[in-house]
Amino acid sequence: MSRDFWRAFANNYGAVIGLALLLAVVLMAAFADVIYPRSPWSMVTTPFQPPLSDDVLLGSDTLGRDIAAGIVHGSRVSLLIGLTSSAVALFIGVTLGALAGYFGGWVDDAIMRFTELFQTIPNFVLAVVLVAIFTPSIGSLVAAIAIVSWPPLARLARGEFLSLRSREFVLAAVTTGQSTTRIILREILPNSLSPIIVAASLTVATAILLESALSFLGLGDPNMMSWGYMIGASRTVIRQAWWMSFFPGIAILITVLAINLVGEGLNDALNPKLARKGRGR
Amino acid sequence: MKTVSVDSVSYQLKGSNWWARATAACLLALGSGALFSTSAVADEPQHGGTLNVILDPEPPMLILGINQQAPTQLVAGKMYESLLRYDFELEPMPSLASEWEISDDGLTYTFHLQEGVTWHDGEPFTSHDVVFTATEFLPETHPRASSNFRRLESVTAPDDHTVVFQLDEAYPAFILAFEVASFPIMPAHIYEGTDFTDNEMNDHPIGTGPFKFERWSRGDYVQLTAYEDYWQDGKPYLDQIYFRLIPDAASRALALETQQVDISSFNNIEPFDVPRLEQLPHLEVITEGYEIAAPLSWIEINHRVEPLDDPRFRQAMMYALDREFIRDNIFMGLGRVPTGPINTVTIEYTDEVHIYEHDPDRAMELMDEMGLEPDGNGVRAEVELLPLPYGETFIRLAEYTREALGQVGIRVRMRSTDSAGWAQRVADWEYELTNNFVYQYGHPALGVSRTYICDNIRQGVLFSNTMGYCNEEVDDLFARAAVENDPDERAALYAKVQQILVEELPVIWLLEMEFPTIVNTRVRNATTTAIGVADTFADTWIEQ
Repeated sequence: MSRDFWRAFANNYGAVIGLALLLAVVLMAAFADVIYPRSPWSMVTTPFQPPLSDDVLLGSDTLGRDIAAGIVHGSRVSLLIGLTSSAVALFIGVTLGALAGYFGGWVDDAIMRFTELFQTIPNFVLAVVLVAIFTPSIGSLVAAIAIVSWPPLARLARGEFLSLRSREFVLAAVTTGQSTTRIILREILPNSLSPIIVAASLTVATAILLESALSFLGLGDPNMMSWGYMIGASRTVIRQAWWMSFFPGIAILITVLAINLVGEGLNDALNPKLARKGRGR
Repeated sequence: MKTVSVDSVSYQLKGSNWWARATAACLLALGSGALFSTSAVADEPQHGGTLNVILDPEPPMLILGINQQAPTQLVAGKMYESLLRYDFELEPMPSLASEWEISDDGLTYTFHLQEGVTWHDGEPFTSHDVVFTATEFLPETHPRASSNFRRLESVTAPDDHTVVFQLDEAYPAFILAFEVASFPIMPAHIYEGTDFTDNEMNDHPIGTGPFKFERWSRGDYVQLTAYEDYWQDGKPYLDQIYFRLIPDAASRALALETQQVDISSFNNIEPFDVPRLEQLPHLEVITEGYEIAAPLSWIEINHRVEPLDDPRFRQAMMYALDREFIRDNIFMGLGRVPTGPINTVTIEYTDEVHIYEHDPDRAMELMDEMGLEPDGNGVRAEVELLPLPYGETFIRLAEYTREALGQVGIRVRMRSTDSAGWAQRVADWEYELTNNFVYQYGHPALGVSRTYICDNIRQGVLFSNTMGYCNEEVDDLFARAAVENDPDERAALYAKVQQILVEELPVIWLLEMEFPTIVNTRVRNATTTAIGVADTFADTWIEQ
């Protein structure tokens, strides 16, 4: 299984490149304090230094902060928020989706109406409102992003559960008298995991974008340096100092692209039939 | 110029830099392919034309006697007038009063009103309107009226064109209380005997000014047209003024760039856009015209919190901040580094005080003295900062403050709020540090003492003494200075109080803010007085 998986994954060159890039970002986040021991907020040089100046590789911002230090430390916030909020969204989404799909009937109706309620409100607007209400902090950002990200995961999980629950192996488990919890967790969930993992990986990318957008609007955690914040703070001087918003933008682009490529690779590796069909078209 | 009013003469003198403008206009004409005809050099006011002015945010109403927020002033200042105006040195100039006398004991102010003034509905303007405004209207509606008129014993009208204000003690600041936002004359024939805030004419302002109300398309524009029977013959020069509501800062800058609007004021344009706009040949940046407002920006400190109650700690914070860096890199050079509580352009300012230079070592010495030793992370104290939610500039300021204080071992936590939350927290004393700026209205008795006197520690009231600073000597000096009629004595009292305040630092003064008025060069005389863009625009004209 695992060898097949890797072979399928490695067949997709994009996915390998994505994985390499993602690994680089992860390393950057892990060793941020080693690469730039000083706080990314500290004003280390004169403001408005262009890239490749003496002491700052990617230039300095309007207050003389090092852009490169901001990017390295910002990767932590992006990954942290991307991963935790996706995990929370995954938990909510899969739980609700599994219940709806497994039990059907009024449970399904109730949960799906509830999900639709969230889906009818534009994602981003809801996130802005939530963060504004709970005052911007890392916790409220994670919560807000998770709350707007779970509905697609719930629908996906419900679909998988609906189709699997009438299959023979599930019926067999029911007949042998296994408990509902056990059937859901041990029988159906493992078999529906592949598409959910793929969707979750894309949720991480969306979460990073959402965090950047919120920070761009000044709704980020005011004590944490993030890429979106860097772009938002320097968009006002973009005509005089392109580098202040350009490099963080590139960082977001690369990270999100990497995650998307990895997600696609996972898709290919986990759902080989689907993938082949997709390419044949 | 046909008119003979005193102010128009003084304008002509002030306008003596005409050659500079003419040269600029010539250069502009050359630069833009001789788009402008040679009439550009003429300095004779021309009649006609429509002026477009940026208005942001939308004012709640246009009745200046009831609401005096900056956007209201900008529009209503063209429709309403007061008795006086003030030049850039805050010397009074005629407006609805043609002449005035102050008795030697400083107790009697006699104003002689202009003749032939009518309200926009044709009714004659008389001394009765002034008495009504001073005794009935403003005391009920104007937040600063009670302090401005506190020493007022009576207001009487011996005849239709004379008004006498009698004070019960000398109050030299009183002569500065007749600017249009402090004392807009309201029409007695409309408001007398009615509920002022609920009058049906509140949707249709009636004043004596050079422009009358035409229409207000909510969310879009306010249109004023020239009042044909204005008391200054031949004025106004403009046919109409449109106040355009443009809620987005970037769009406002663009509107100036593309010449869709002619004038921006106050903080319409973010400081970082100003250097760029200044480079454009068709725009001119004027920083005069805010002498009445004279905003002073500071870090407000809650003295109820340790260690902020210790003057040495406040001094340490002052030494830790590089205020020139703040001015140059956050406010893009707009403003002056203050020396104390009174703005340089405000009356009774002195520079004979201790000057705080940027000196982080001194800051750490002071904290050592207090026994605030750095812990393992180099942290000596921790404070919370509530940034002022008024846009990018103040967020940058808060970030700078956090770093600068962090360097001397004061860890600053930032907490974000929206503007309603900010106002509520500061007014209710639920903050440690915040940024604030307050207008001074030309005189320390009008706009400075209120921040520092014990009497004004009022929970729930914004722009009061929200720090909780209280020093009886300061109270006494401010009280005596306000009623001291002898100029030398008064100056000495104000100098003393400034020295004490600079020593004790109730707040940390960061910047004497300068607002840029950005004007299209085709517009002349946009700013001629300390009232700036809130003035009438009676003398403003457009080069055709």
